[in-house]
Amino acid sequence: MSIQSQAVKTTATSSALLQAVFAACLGLFIVGFVGFSHAEAVHNAAHDTRHANAFPCH
Amino acid sequence: MFRSIVFSAVVAGIVSGIAVSVMQMAGTTPLIIAAEAYETAAPAAEPAPAPHAHAPGTAPHDHGHDHAAPVATSAHSHDAGHDHGEGWAPADGFERTAYTMAANVLTAIGYALVLTAALSIARQTGATGEGGWRMGLAFGLAGFASVMLAPMVGLPPELPGSPAAELGARQTWWIATALATAAGIALLAFRREPWAAVLAVLLIAAPHVIGTPLPPEGEHPLAPLALERQFIVAATVTSFLFWALVGSLSGALLQRFEKDAAPAR
Repeated sequence: MSIQSQAVKTTATSSALLQAVFAACLGLFIVGFVGFSHAEAVHNAAHDTRHANAFPCH
Repeated sequence: MFRSIVFSAVVAGIVSGIAVSVMQMAGTTPLIIAAEAYETAAPAAEPAPAPHAHAPGTAPHDHGHDHAAPVATSAHSHDAGHDHGEGWAPADGFERTAYTMAANVLTAIGYALVLTAALSIARQTGATGEGGWRMGLAFGLAGFASVMLAPMVGLPPELPGSPAAELGARQTWWIATALATAAGIALLAFRREPWAAVLAVLLIAAPHVIGTPLPPEGEHPLAPLALERQFIVAATVTSFLFWALVGSLSGALLQRFEKDAAPAR
């Protein structure tokens, strides 16, 4: 394997890792919004979900 | 890669979000609604006796509210005496069920994204082998331990009308506990050195040694203890089944989509 293709492979790997990290952040953002947002309407809409998931509520 | 993760997570999230909604309809939701009847009844309970002490024979009249409290649930009022919910709320019945289902599916997609991403990172870094549904199930159980079991030691699932410490403090403790537990489990699973095991044990124990924000002294839940216990059991079992499902689905789907996405490898 040449140095160049090694470099290409490394870049591809780190970019794939970065994409996975980004996906995880997106997931945390969604859970945070539904489960932890203080906005009253969001709280009321997701009320039963929050209780069932043991998210701190009220 | 991003597309495989998102696609797996969305499919796993929709399926398990719907499944969890069905389980909640039978398990937790009726208990929440029963507890709300006590909650709604409570603020009216103190001023009620005086104006309602009619002499026998007094003409019945309409007070515009229901004082046969713990039976009716139609007036899901988010008002008086409790610091939650002014403003818009979905109407009871279909609307509330629909919003709960939407929130369940969104939460499931969110958790599935984290889970699938973790599976992908573990595989890419060589921490795990092939993946697949069994690996997904193991990750799902780790998720259950991190976001359900560990936080519920200090902050058990609560029915409406339970006394509690200030919301922000509880949220901070909850998130810190979930993160510390997840980190501890990851260390135990992926590192073989003794220091990692020691650190993992400390991380998992620390939030509970530090202690959870406690409810104010002298306050009691409005709902009966039996209802509360039933709710904790129902919520925990539902969560366990949810994580087992979302984990195995995420593992199986990710493996499949990655194969489709990279046929040359």
